[in-house]
Amino acid sequence: MCSVALMGMIFEDDSSGAWNEMFEAPGKPRPIYERLFAEIDRFDPAELLQRSDQLSHTFLDRGVTFAHSGEERPFPLDLMPRLLGAIEWDLLERGISQRVRALEAFLGDVYGAGQVFEDGVIPKSVVTTSSHFCRAAHSIEPPNGVRITVAGIDLVRDEIGKFRILEDNVRIPSGVSYVIENRRAMTQTFSALFSNHRVHPVDSYPARLLAALRLAAPYGIGDPVVVVLSPGVYNAAYFEHVLLARMMGIELVEGRDLVCRSNHVFMRMTNGERPVHVIYRRVDDDWLDPLQFRPDSVIGVAGLVNAARAGNVALANALGNGVADDKLVYTYVPDFIRFYLGEEPLIENVETFRLEDPDVLGEVLQSLDAYVLKPVDGSGGKGIVIGPQADEQTLTSVRDAIIMSPRNWIAQRPVALSTHPTLVDEQVSPRHVDLRPFAVSGGQGVWVLPGGLTRVALGAGELVVNSSRGGGSKDTWVLNDQLVAPRGPATDVGQPPRNAGVIPRQNDEYTDQEAEQ
Amino acid sequence: MSEQGMLSRLAESLYWIGRYVERADDTARTVDSYVHRMVEDPFNDEDATCRSLLSILGMPYEKDEPITRADMLQVIVYDVENPNSIAGAFSGAYENARRSRDFISSEMWIALNKTRNRLPQMESTARLLGPSSYLEYVRERTALLAGLTDATLSHDDGWNFLVLGRTIERIDMTARLLRGRVLSAEHAPDWLAFLRANGAMESFMRSTNELHDANSVATFLILDRLFPRSVLFSLNLADSCLFEIQPSGQRIASADMARQSLARARGRLDFMDSSQLLAQLPELLEMLEDTCLLVNDAITTKFFRHEDAVLWSSEGAL
Repeated sequence: MCSVALMGMIFEDDSSGAWNEMFEAPGKPRPIYERLFAEIDRFDPAELLQRSDQLSHTFLDRGVTFAHSGEERPFPLDLMPRLLGAIEWDLLERGISQRVRALEAFLGDVYGAGQVFEDGVIPKSVVTTSSHFCRAAHSIEPPNGVRITVAGIDLVRDEIGKFRILEDNVRIPSGVSYVIENRRAMTQTFSALFSNHRVHPVDSYPARLLAALRLAAPYGIGDPVVVVLSPGVYNAAYFEHVLLARMMGIELVEGRDLVCRSNHVFMRMTNGERPVHVIYRRVDDDWLDPLQFRPDSVIGVAGLVNAARAGNVALANALGNGVADDKLVYTYVPDFIRFYLGEEPLIENVETFRLEDPDVLGEVLQSLDAYVLKPVDGSGGKGIVIGPQADEQTLTSVRDAIIMSPRNWIAQRPVALSTHPTLVDEQVSPRHVDLRPFAVSGGQGVWVLPGGLTRVALGAGELVVNSSRGGGSKDTWVLNDQLVAPRGPATDVGQPPRNAGVIPRQNDEYTDQEAEQ
Repeated sequence: MSEQGMLSRLAESLYWIGRYVERADDTARTVDSYVHRMVEDPFNDEDATCRSLLSILGMPYEKDEPITRADMLQVIVYDVENPNSIAGAFSGAYENARRSRDFISSEMWIALNKTRNRLPQMESTARLLGPSSYLEYVRERTALLAGLTDATLSHDDGWNFLVLGRTIERIDMTARLLRGRVLSAEHAPDWLAFLRANGAMESFMRSTNELHDANSVATFLILDRLFPRSVLFSLNLADSCLFEIQPSGQRIASADMARQSLARARGRLDFMDSSQLLAQLPELLEMLEDTCLLVNDAITTKFFRHEDAVLWSSEGAL
């Protein structure tokens, strides 16, 4: 146990062996954090708390919330940013792009030729038994060939500081709105910090997304109508749907706003119906079309899937992408990268065991408490059992579940997620963090938003960071340079601007005289 | 300008933001004037006054036991569950704003969200110190919202729907208040207090040299063409909103149900002999309330709920 003083507060480092993002040794910040550390260290703790308070108020007033267990609450933003250096980010960017390209190829293959099965890269049964495999997606060919318009790839940093892929989200990854809002709040609260760092901006995301969505338009539609389809105000991520629609300047629709007629989709307007060509849908496959999937869905649109199959409307992301999120399929992704791209994976997976192999299963069952056990189709951290932290009863029930259906579980080596100093209960303490970068693709290469969402588990020692589990987040800065170069003139204007004219004022000699008396 | 149209659901939300915010404002003004009356008039019958107010606001109190001022305030001001109360109206406006958050300006959204977050705190203060600070806060916030609506939203269909809602609500509320004054005068604020509640005192005084009697006040509030809270002004505004939303040809009058109802009411008021106003007032007010209902239904059917019945046919064959 070692401790360092930061802002006059004692910063307790735990001895869990986790990588500390900010410090390489007690009291010694890593090179990229030096400036930040020096800045923050100068703050008066009381002032810092005040700013933190101000930050959460801003969020509440702006309605930046996440619905957690049925309650709207602000998504807590920690005021200490997480920093990523240029070199490190370069690797992450290439690694994520590589991964998305491989997953894209895999999905195209699964719902097309099936080469990957024939060549024995992955058994066909693994794919067809995935609960997210979608037969209806067969033969729906996206016009621009893109099934993964938006991906969120979850990364963790292990004990030796190496980033690893924890899971892929290529269905409807959420969280990018918090990246945008966090940055906005941070620049307002801490403008001084930004002037000492060169931070990659994040506000081009909506424009990038819109461009990608427009590229997904059906053939022959020159000026497509693009909409965001949301399940409605009760959805946990409703705030994000609103933000994206607003920033892209397109309509936010709900299922009841849309209607399908002879395989075309229209939205109901005050003056009749208007055709819709591209739907950025934030509704799960299961609820999307009551005629194809759950007949009890009231948030979907009857006939949508056939309209997509007829090529009259494009869905982003595509149907059936969930098969790539399956955590058993995840174990095969490095092989996909080699198979489709002929490259070696730039970022490795977390060491994972497939439980369908009886030998592996036996080994894992013998020492369950040494593994992290995950249901293959879970999202939002649901159902995860962290062996070393679990009690006897939990382990017994997960053991039964695994024996019942080994296909539906994977075992992973527990990774002590890296920690980052975080303001909790008026104290700066280390908390575990992960990183979810977002990638956007319209068929002309994969663009990765610099940084991404750093999620932080607010409970001490807690390893599950999902916002749906009450986690918080940090602004994530990708620094342009390892060291800050001196700045040139702010803008490159040819000549100094002409002084503006004097602002006219009311002729008020009388009052002036009065004031002088 | 209306080539484009807008999402029906969105249009409905905006219309109701307009209505609810106006409702909060008008209710605050009314309650304020009634509370004043109760405080200042030594012969005031608290129970009867409260009943009268509840009745004109469409929430008649049916129970036999007497109702106190505190009970009345609970129902009309603080009860979030009641969409006719001030807190309830704000909550209704907030819910609609959530649904149209991608459309309204972020400043409007923040103003509304902040108000809603702040109301519970204002309520606890008001319970200690009396309702006037609460009512003042409501008037300020609704004015802020109205200002932001006009200054930060393009004056397109969405804005027109919002203003339409605001206007219809204003006509309805003014009619109700006048009815209270006419039907149970002994419990209602006097005519001048009534003007003050409408923020109309100075405008009224400047508008006329006549005797400040009941008839002249009613004339001002109903027939004045320049005062923005008068009924005729609002009728004209509502009609121009509808025209903007769906321009009709120049030559043949509109077949639009809503515009026809408005035109009938306007025709009646336009050529009215103002000296006869007071005598015809009860019947006139009833007509105005009916007009509001009719217009509301016509707009709803025409713009918000024009879904056609589900047709069962084979799903688009390929």
